Amino acid sequence: MTHYSLFTLLRNALTGHRHWDRAWRDAEPQESYDVIIVGGGGHGLATAYYLAKEHGITNVAVLEKGWIGGGNAGRNTTIIRSNYGLPGNIPFYEWSMKLWEGMEQDLNYNTMVSQRGVLNLYHSDAQRDAYARRGNMMRLHGVDAELLGRDQVQAMAPFLDYENARFPIQGGLLQRRGGTARHDAVVWGYARGASDRGVDIIQNCAVTGMLRGPDGSVTGVETTRGPIRAKKVGLSVAGNSSRLAEMAGLRLPIESHVLQAFVSEGLKPLIPGVITFGAGHFYVSQSDKGGLVFGGDIDGYNSYAQRGNLPTVEDVCEGGMALMPMIGRARLLRSWGGIMDMSMDGSPIIDHAPVGGLYLNAGWCYGGFKATPAAGWCFAHLLATDQPHETAADFRLDRFATGHVIDEKGQGAQPNLH
Amino acid sequence: MRIPCPYCGDRDSQEFVYRGDASPVRPADPAEETEFFDYVYLRENPAGPIDELWYHAQGCRNWITLTRDTRDHAISAARLTSEGKSA
Ligand SMILES: Cc1cc2nc3c(=O)[nH]c(=O)nc-3n(C[C@H](O)[C@H](O)[C@H](O)COP(=O)(O)OP(=O)(O)OC[C@H]3O[C@@H](n4cnc5c(N)ncnc54)[C@H](O)[C@@H]3O)c2cc1C
Ligand SMILES: [Zn+2]
Repeated sequence: MTHYSLFTLLRNALTGHRHWDRAWRDAEPQESYDVIIVGGGGHGLATAYYLAKEHGITNVAVLEKGWIGGGNAGRNTTIIRSNYGLPGNIPFYEWSMKLWEGMEQDLNYNTMVSQRGVLNLYHSDAQRDAYARRGNMMRLHGVDAELLGRDQVQAMAPFLDYENARFPIQGGLLQRRGGTARHDAVVWGYARGASDRGVDIIQNCAVTGMLRGPDGSVTGVETTRGPIRAKKVGLSVAGNSSRLAEMAGLRLPIESHVLQAFVSEGLKPLIPGVITFGAGHFYVSQSDKGGLVFGGDIDGYNSYAQRGNLPTVEDVCEGGMALMPMIGRARLLRSWGGIMDMSMDGSPIIDHAPVGGLYLNAGWCYGGFKATPAAGWCFAHLLATDQPHETAADFRLDRFATGHVIDEKGQGAQPNLH
Repeated sequence: MRIPCPYCGDRDSQEFVYRGDASPVRPADPAEETEFFDYVYLRENPAGPIDELWYHAQGCRNWITLTRDTRDHAISAARLTSEGKSA
């Protein structure tokens, strides 16, 4: 594999950039592997990378039904942050943030990690108190958080509507280390690192069933390219976890829902970081190409359709208009949707399945992009050692049965509200 | 998406509140904890037809049981929930 550096860039510039090596190998399936990861999104590829790099397990295949990064990894709004409020979550997301901070050096790949700050606005005294509490929880766990007043927010983002009669902006909770990363580059960077260490990345290979041993444990998978055996099978299929689990006879505490995202025409630099509206559900940042990237609520009913409906488009745009009326002057370029696992408490599952040989990385809801490095790290740890990683020990499948749910929003078992 | 309310006819989905999968049935008391766990948390989550509950909040205020395909939102049946499962 070519090491990327200023020197290789200059050398390739001299030959018109026509002789770069392929970044990763498009492999053919072998008969069997030590570990099969189902799903070539960010999580699956990161898992394979850390299995090889941290645990020396390289006889690994990543099976992807389409092309890598064609799922939610390539559809999300690229926000990364670790501003959670519950003990089960904070150490995990902070570990993820630390991995983001070292990712480009580690992968030797420009994933465009940009710590431009994530600002959550508050619009009432009660919301300020809740954010102060969240900020304190974060700081007690060693995560950066600053509570800003209205003047400080106005200095950062003068274009917001401060005089909105119903939702005046009172201030915000800022995590300066939060920001955005280039989603496709994250996929390609992990794919390159994994492939270089011997992992087979196999595209156009949909898993259609599970191979079972005499004791019922999973011993491999049926695919559209034939059966492939493995000692361990890890599921990392974002919104399709219930479908794959069903192949092993399991039902999960998960529903599949669609989330939409939107991008405007390219504009001059306008929005300094990520800004979220606290009185409706709306978040916005600006891509390096200049497009305003924004989103809001999920459509709200179970869906595998991978595209959303108009009422949510209207709702998201109304949120944008309430927060920053000038957004009404920008033309919308594109919108799209992705299918996500909405879990019953809004938190993920990284655990053994109750069937031998099968492992779950599921339930990522709409916050799984920021989790990509740590989910890969912790899932690899579980697959390699059969023990949960310390930062993901609470993401158990049995927490719903035992009452140890991790419900940041306090919504109860209503997945479409998380 | 339009929802065919048996009482009001075709109405915009925005008039409705979604409650989700209609198939889990509350276990009769006294029930084991595992039965309640199953009822509260576990879902089939099908990619295909699903029976689900919608409340016509901005219309007749009836609960409606829809059969909708989660892959393309095609609605194949709608009935008043109060009329029971097989209307
Ligand atoms: C519109 C939108 C915006 C979002 N914004 C954010 C955000 O700003 N910040 C954030 O942190 N998170 C965000 N998320 C969530 C985040 O994108 C996901 O949680 C995360 O990408 C899921 O992990 P992944 O990358 O591995 O998923 P994916 O890229 O979806 O990978 C799963 C892969 O599994 C494959 N697969 C499925 N079934 C099979 C099968 N039977 N056989 C083989 N392969 C299969 C799929 O083709 C897919 O490529 C957003 C999601 C959406 C939809
Ligand atoms: Zn009605």
